[in-house]
Amino acid sequence: MRPRRLVGFNLLSATLLGVGGYFLGHWVGTRLSAGMDSQIGTDQNDVAIFMGFLFALLGWLIGLGFFNYPLARMMGRPPSLREKEEAGSGRYFRLCTDHKVVGLQYFVTVLLFFMIAGLNAMFIRAELLTPNETLWNANQYLSLVSLHGTMMLMMTSAAILGPFGNYFVPIMIGARRMAFPRLEALSFWLVPPAGLILLSAVALGGFPTGWTGYAPLANEARAGMDAYIFAFGLIGLSMTIVGANMIATVLTMRAPGLTWNRLPIFVWGVLCTSMLMVLAAPVLFSTLAMLTLDRTADTSFFLASAGGSPFLWDNLFWFFGHPEVYILALPGFGVVLEILPVFARKPLWGYRLAVAGMVGVAVLSFMVWQHHLFVSGINADLRPFYMLTTELISIPTGFIFLNGLGTLWRGRIRFTVPMLFALAFFSNFLIGGLSGVFLSDVPSDVSTHGSYFVMAHFHYTIMGGLVFALFAATYYWLPKMTGLQFNEMLAKVHFWMMFVFFNFTFAPLFAAGMLGMPRRVSVYAPRLQGINIFVSSSAFLLGVSMLIFLINLVYSMVIARVPAEANPWASRGIEFQLPTPVPVTNFETTPVIQSDPYDYGVPDAVPVAALKPVAAPVVGGGST
Amino acid sequence: MSVGAKALAIGCATALAIVLVALYIVDFLAATPSTVKAASAPGGARLTLQTVASYGHSPHPDWVSYLVQDGGGKWHHTTVFKVPAHSLVHVTIYQYDTATGLRNPFWSQVRGTVGGSMTVDGKTMNALNPDLASHTFAIPDMGISVPLKGVADDAKNQCSVAPCPLSQAHTTVTFTFRTGKPGKYRWQCFVPCAASFIFGNGGPMQSPGWMDGYLVVA
Amino acid sequence: MASEALPSGGPPERVHGRRLFVIWAALTVVGVLLIVFVAGPHMPPGNFSQEARDQRHINILLAALAVPVLFGVWTCLAYIFTTFRQGEGELQDGPPVRGHPRLQVVWVVATAAIVLSLGAFGTEELLGSAKGAGGGQGPDPLAVPAGQKVQVQVIGQQWAWTFRYPAYGGVETSQLALPEGQTTELHVTSLDVSHSFWAIQLGVKADAIPGNDNVAFVTPRHTGSFEIRCAELCGLWHGHMHNTGVVMTQAGFAAWIKQQQAANAPATKTLPPYSTHYFPDPIRRAG
Repeated sequence: MRPRRLVGFNLLSATLLGVGGYFLGHWVGTRLSAGMDSQIGTDQNDVAIFMGFLFALLGWLIGLGFFNYPLARMMGRPPSLREKEEAGSGRYFRLCTDHKVVGLQYFVTVLLFFMIAGLNAMFIRAELLTPNETLWNANQYLSLVSLHGTMMLMMTSAAILGPFGNYFVPIMIGARRMAFPRLEALSFWLVPPAGLILLSAVALGGFPTGWTGYAPLANEARAGMDAYIFAFGLIGLSMTIVGANMIATVLTMRAPGLTWNRLPIFVWGVLCTSMLMVLAAPVLFSTLAMLTLDRTADTSFFLASAGGSPFLWDNLFWFFGHPEVYILALPGFGVVLEILPVFARKPLWGYRLAVAGMVGVAVLSFMVWQHHLFVSGINADLRPFYMLTTELISIPTGFIFLNGLGTLWRGRIRFTVPMLFALAFFSNFLIGGLSGVFLSDVPSDVSTHGSYFVMAHFHYTIMGGLVFALFAATYYWLPKMTGLQFNEMLAKVHFWMMFVFFNFTFAPLFAAGMLGMPRRVSVYAPRLQGINIFVSSSAFLLGVSMLIFLINLVYSMVIARVPAEANPWASRGIEFQLPTPVPVTNFETTPVIQSDPYDYGVPDAVPVAALKPVAAPVVGGGST
Repeated sequence: MSVGAKALAIGCATALAIVLVALYIVDFLAATPSTVKAASAPGGARLTLQTVASYGHSPHPDWVSYLVQDGGGKWHHTTVFKVPAHSLVHVTIYQYDTATGLRNPFWSQVRGTVGGSMTVDGKTMNALNPDLASHTFAIPDMGISVPLKGVADDAKNQCSVAPCPLSQAHTTVTFTFRTGKPGKYRWQCFVPCAASFIFGNGGPMQSPGWMDGYLVVA
Repeated sequence: MASEALPSGGPPERVHGRRLFVIWAALTVVGVLLIVFVAGPHMPPGNFSQEARDQRHINILLAALAVPVLFGVWTCLAYIFTTFRQGEGELQDGPPVRGHPRLQVVWVVATAAIVLSLGAFGTEELLGSAKGAGGGQGPDPLAVPAGQKVQVQVIGQQWAWTFRYPAYGGVETSQLALPEGQTTELHVTSLDVSHSFWAIQLGVKADAIPGNDNVAFVTPRHTGSFEIRCAELCGLWHGHMHNTGVVMTQAGFAAWIKQQQAANAPATKTLPPYSTHYFPDPIRRAG
């Protein structure tokens, strides 16, 4: 590469400006807080740290060139999406508004942070081999737990919407791009700084609160807490942007003929998730802003003795936090229901019921948050209400199961790797859902709340649900995105290892929780050591299965590079009717959608879309 | 890209990943306070500690801290102490910090020591006025809790840089306790002594190596 | 939606349905019997207190209800996997069935019925028969067990539990002892951050929130010891915040509390007057 090309708006300048920005911001913050009691004598100036992060973020965005466009417009230059037309591999390392590039950027970034968070999980399980602290001290252990939880929550929020939503939603709705391509790029470029800032908590002494950041523990925590707040805030911002962008795209940019009941079910999943993101993520952002003020400007939102309340944090956090877990689950529903018809060779069974299920889950998810506070000592009169709403959620979730079983029934099932992951999703999510009934029932929740039962429950829904769906989507769509095949043998080994050891890891933890193991402890009753040794060993093998995936990814995408067909799965989905690699503009002309993408077995089905409509749109008839 | 270049790139990336993981383990995870073995004494061991209002050195010059003396008389900035099992441990604490006062006066009583008492500057006591407590030395799992009397606020010649010499203002607290079976016991301070932190419980109160640590009974 | 008319192969719907039902029913009966009679008596949190017993009954019931659902989906999946496979190297489509309105309605009604009755049952248990089931109910509990109660205050602080007995001169102890066969009114509060008081074998859990008085009830059924752990992440030594509690005979309790009053007398003198909550002083102390 010529040195000239290193100068300009690219990753290098972004990194340099980001690092420089941190030190500049830190200096400014130190000046700003010079007279503040709360920052004196603590050897941790939260104001300076926040200013450092803020300036680092600005430097990063300036370096990437996010301000070029608004400045150009202010000076009266015409708008342009020139970046979009660029070719070559360089665009993957730059601000690029092509939704397909953003999708792949998201995929690699999310995967990277996902692996880091997974590594922390291995360290956690290593510590839990013994009932007392052996490998790490208590502070390191809690930091590991907090980093694992927060990183996973941050990254899985974007795990499906980021890579596959960005890549395939515009294609599935017959559009050339997202409604707001620059915002789309921004939503991605906020993720790497968020991940890196969160990791910087390690250098700031770690933070002890887990991903829930409960105040007032968060008020008194060490400077690593600032990293949590800033990083999670960035993700909140990114989620809001993604959500708004997706909603605008799906509402306004559908191709002719794409009526609401022809919309691929994955797009419905994305749409429902986006609604949740737009409504829930700003609450997270403002809650974190309050905590920031508590830590820097000495306000007392969460301090009981100074007019605030710890319950304020609990309520606000879970008002975001519970929709958040459905932000994780809904794209998974979308992915598996999208994949099942392809490999069962049958139309999606009960399309409207599936949509109703997703919308129902999305709406109900805003009415259940106090089930996290059943024994908290907040006014308990509403417990029956939250118990009922929580249990009601299993009705729309049940729809998804009926859709799945109905689609599979009398199908001609091909057990491909994406299909295996999609089917495992049902088994895992079922266990996750049924254990949720225990947690929703107040008397039962008394013993299970805050224990490993909860931990096993949400790992069954998030890892067993979302992560399995994520791998289903990866094996299903990544060959389309990269034009390269996965090694099937390694993929099958990955699946079976992951499925078996996932269950071996988390099923015993239901028992551990019920028998009295609280969450997030490095010290537990010695009588539970047997269970923990078994779980840790399984967890390490689960980690090995992830390593196999990584090896497969590198082997298939970098070393072997076997080209994939344009439509390897004989799918009717519109994305598979396009050539591989997908052209920069997606479609030569605006396509006309003629049916939903699930017309398997229909004797004289028309193609899902007329990619080159000859004249006026012909709906329902034959085409070229 | 040629095969060799690809292999090189992947090899480099893998090596980089391994190096980063190793750095993470070494820098963050393995960076735990070192262990200091208590000096041996008749019937067991002698543990000599001091508490300072401000450590005075990087990385946290303003933080309150414990220090420990090894058998050779050298002061170490750590809070992990090793003592023998089933034996007597004679503890001497030189207390250089001023009083903060206990949040929960329950800890103003001496518990778990031999005779249920301590000596403060030579005087035997079994409890302390909770407002005079500067720190406590407590090992809850062994039932041990000893309140440490603070130096008067207006005392002359106060120490601000560790390790503090005996010539500076301090109180001397001694007590003896008996260790049981081997294990790793946490110990901590129950006085909200972390100045400028909310509740007085932030910073050093949450950090092994400062006001928290382990008693390794072996 | 006459799927029989299409070339999908296999026996008619009714035969599949009958086979499925038989497998499911057999598995469910075995599963439920195992849950109720084999696992049930060992189901946590056990039999130590009235509350733990109520929770155990509910856990058994929920587990027994989960079995048919679990086996229902698993049986369907397993049946589908073995029956409706694509042959090797084939690519045939299944019947283009897009739904079954009556089945969908039945499913919706059935799940709604199960869920609503679960909700009703849970509410009845919570407020009626189980009387709060040992969970923290906040300052004014809705479900209060009848009869005389011993008051005990549970104080969480970073990182230890202490217990205060207002009826015995407000003595504070580091061990929790409860009299057998008598309802205890636990007032859980915190001096700094949020904790959660979990008496595992007693089936009691109540968060300790600063500035709040969280009331939970427990009636131990026999003497013995139980574990106490903190169930809400509270900072550095969260995992170490454990303790062993004891249930004593009434006479044993009377003797124990007298001994505690004597042993803790020096500290008791200095304690603040008993209150349902204590506000931690948030003021940042300079230097």
